[in-house]
Amino acid sequence: MSEDPTATFRVEAGELLDQVEQGLLDLGHRLDDMGLVNAVFRGLHTLKGSGAMFGFDALAGFTHHCESAFDRVRKGEVPATPELVSVILSAGDHMRALVDGNPSPADGDAILARLADAVEKARGGGAADAPVPAAKAGTPGWKLFFRLPVDAMANGTNPLMLLDELRDLGECEVAVRTDVLPPLGQLIPNECHLGWDVTLRGDIGREAIEDVFIFVMDDMTLEMSPLDAAPAETAAEAATATSAPAPAADTQAASPAPAAAPTPAADRPAATAAANQPAGENVRVPAERLDELMDRVGELVIAQSRLSQLAGNRHDLVLRSVSEDIERLAGELRDTMMVLRMVPVSTLFGRFRRLIHDLARDTGKAIELRTEGETTEVDKTVIERLFDPLVHIIRNSCDHGLEKPEDRLAAGKPASGLVRLSAHQAGGEVLITITDDGRGIDRERVRAKGEANGLIEPGAQISDEDLLGLIFHPGFSTAAQVTNLSGRGVGMDVVKRTIESLRGSISVASTDGQGSTITLRIPLTLAIIDGLLVRVGESRYVIPLSAVEECLELSLEDDLRSRGRSLITLRDRLVPFLRLRELFSTGTRPDAHQKIVVVATGRERVGLVVDQIIGNHQTVIKSLSAFHRGVNSFSGATILGDGNVALILDVGQLVAMAQPREETLRAAS
Amino acid sequence: MPRANAVNAAESGGPNTIVWDERGELEVLTFDIGTETFALEATLVREILDLLPETYVPGAPPLVSHVVNFRGRIVPVADLRLAFGMEATDVTANSRIVVIELPLDGEPTLLGLRTDHVHEVATFSAASSEEAPIVGVRWQREHVRRLVRWRDDLVVLPDLHAIFAPALSGASSAARS
Repeated sequence: MSEDPTATFRVEAGELLDQVEQGLLDLGHRLDDMGLVNAVFRGLHTLKGSGAMFGFDALAGFTHHCESAFDRVRKGEVPATPELVSVILSAGDHMRALVDGNPSPADGDAILARLADAVEKARGGGAADAPVPAAKAGTPGWKLFFRLPVDAMANGTNPLMLLDELRDLGECEVAVRTDVLPPLGQLIPNECHLGWDVTLRGDIGREAIEDVFIFVMDDMTLEMSPLDAAPAETAAEAATATSAPAPAADTQAASPAPAAAPTPAADRPAATAAANQPAGENVRVPAERLDELMDRVGELVIAQSRLSQLAGNRHDLVLRSVSEDIERLAGELRDTMMVLRMVPVSTLFGRFRRLIHDLARDTGKAIELRTEGETTEVDKTVIERLFDPLVHIIRNSCDHGLEKPEDRLAAGKPASGLVRLSAHQAGGEVLITITDDGRGIDRERVRAKGEANGLIEPGAQISDEDLLGLIFHPGFSTAAQVTNLSGRGVGMDVVKRTIESLRGSISVASTDGQGSTITLRIPLTLAIIDGLLVRVGESRYVIPLSAVEECLELSLEDDLRSRGRSLITLRDRLVPFLRLRELFSTGTRPDAHQKIVVVATGRERVGLVVDQIIGNHQTVIKSLSAFHRGVNSFSGATILGDGNVALILDVGQLVAMAQPREETLRAAS
Repeated sequence: MPRANAVNAAESGGPNTIVWDERGELEVLTFDIGTETFALEATLVREILDLLPETYVPGAPPLVSHVVNFRGRIVPVADLRLAFGMEATDVTANSRIVVIELPLDGEPTLLGLRTDHVHEVATFSAASSEEAPIVGVRWQREHVRRLVRWRDDLVVLPDLHAIFAPALSGASSAARS
């Protein structure tokens, strides 16, 4: 896959755009932060450059306009404004489309027009008379001195290329400075100890020269003075340069923007810190290789359980001790493997900042997003599948939960609404809560809607939990007015189902006038679960242990009596049950002592009639092939100690399958 | 042939067309199912296995009603007899599962084929191949890409895409059949 360079470029471009987006969103809050301006500019510049290199000319061309606009911000010609940030954000979306190869050209033109507008407005809005850097027309040329950091070549910078680029700008005289060159005995050949004096003649803009050095600017020493001009401007810099030690770690490049004071890292929110390159070394590995490794580890765990079964049957102490060693190693390997698949939720939360930004714009509400516990780690697959449900929940919070600013002020709340996303780990689960400080869920309306849809009896006494739980019912939507954000009547039930397919649960709490909280409980990993191994006919199946409530015997008497009506009485509650033997048409005779495994999702429970309960089984979950994804009763498969395959029952689906029967029975009785 | 291809190509971009090499030859694995001899491109074949314990998947399309553990992966096992309307035969000492990798729906899918006897890797030539006749064969013509004369036999190059596409759409097609 990595053979296709454009695919690699697409991945990288996606990440660059993410970084640019994060930078822009931060910039939206701190418009005068030149560090952010520079970061965004550099991102755009890299995107333009590598885009052109990989033949994405439309992308390069389009990005060029955004880059130029940002360049003017960087130079202080134009202040950063919310409009500008917003235009560049939508430009980012268009760039994504260009990268993916499905752009709509009209979009691009519209965005460029808005961009020009925004720049024009920003210029008119004051601060336009910021000092324009010395780019006097007709400059005879520049005198430069630059020195690269010692490790520049190790990082892939080629000084020759930089010199060539300078030569391309105009007539060029280069002289080398060897003043800090170590004696030959101490010279390490791949270190760069040279400095260069360059005299560049011709009418060249300062920024053209700076562009040559854009990627190394942060670490290098660069002095520039116009030819025939007093070098007073750069005197101070020259002083630092000559006294600078070779690593030049703190030497600031001649800053293009007057206010480009770097922001201390501590000021930045966690999200940006995470977006920055971490100091440690990272290896980029395609996800499928990790999956493959996980498969191998799963096989090892299975082979190991066979080995320990064998060793347990023999009285060979040496074999036993080897088997125990392997058991320990396999266990450790599995744990390490699990950690490899873990990703901090910040990768997920970061993506919602843009959503909130757009929602605030579309709803006309002021919304603030606060995130907590971003370092909490969750399995990568889980993270991916959580995105859509969370989008929906957040939309609901912003659209239905948060009030308009004037209503909020009237209610004595700050004008700006707050959405809080937090994550923390509790045992084998991760709790993700989405809290808003809006008006809360209108219970009367939920009740009225529930009664209108026949979900509850008019005037029925139901618990608060059940009442709020109605919002997860299919086809339920309380929004009196359907907006394009939410309220299409599909939603919370889909959210609930997705969460349940991750073997998680969802709950809601709400206080009138103070807001609501939705809590998701998600297992840490999808790869391994504890299961209950059962036998139905001649086949064995695994039931996820987390869903099992209890096991009891189906007496012959109950069995006979329940023919035709599949219900048992469990502590004064009627529980429907499914005879798996019939459901799976095994064609076998039932065992004399059938068992009922009572499973539950949320508050709904179902008894599953099996022939035999075999015991607990640590299960490495394998997905079924495309041929069997349409089969509802199973969520996956696992490999047993003897090498056979056992299917894993999809409890959510089985419960759903049994419910309608229960309802018809209720209606009949 | 051009007509048949046009239909296939329109449907799936032509992964089911036969790619003869520049000499007009094709390397295949030949095997028996029931009384017929079949052949598949050798490049599709991943492994030939002794029979493995199979697990029945209730509710799955009959053509792919079982799965096996193939080195820790859950692989469906298909019985081509169903696609060619043949009677079930008893398992013999020669029975094997041929594991192939088939690009289905854009993703490479591992699939086991139950066979009664695996012969060898052979080289077929385009010159000795022909289209399935309209009459005289009892199986569905769209399940066959070409017939090839090989030794004294007439070998079927099955169209696996045509055979397995209905099973991929899952329960709906199972209900129809």
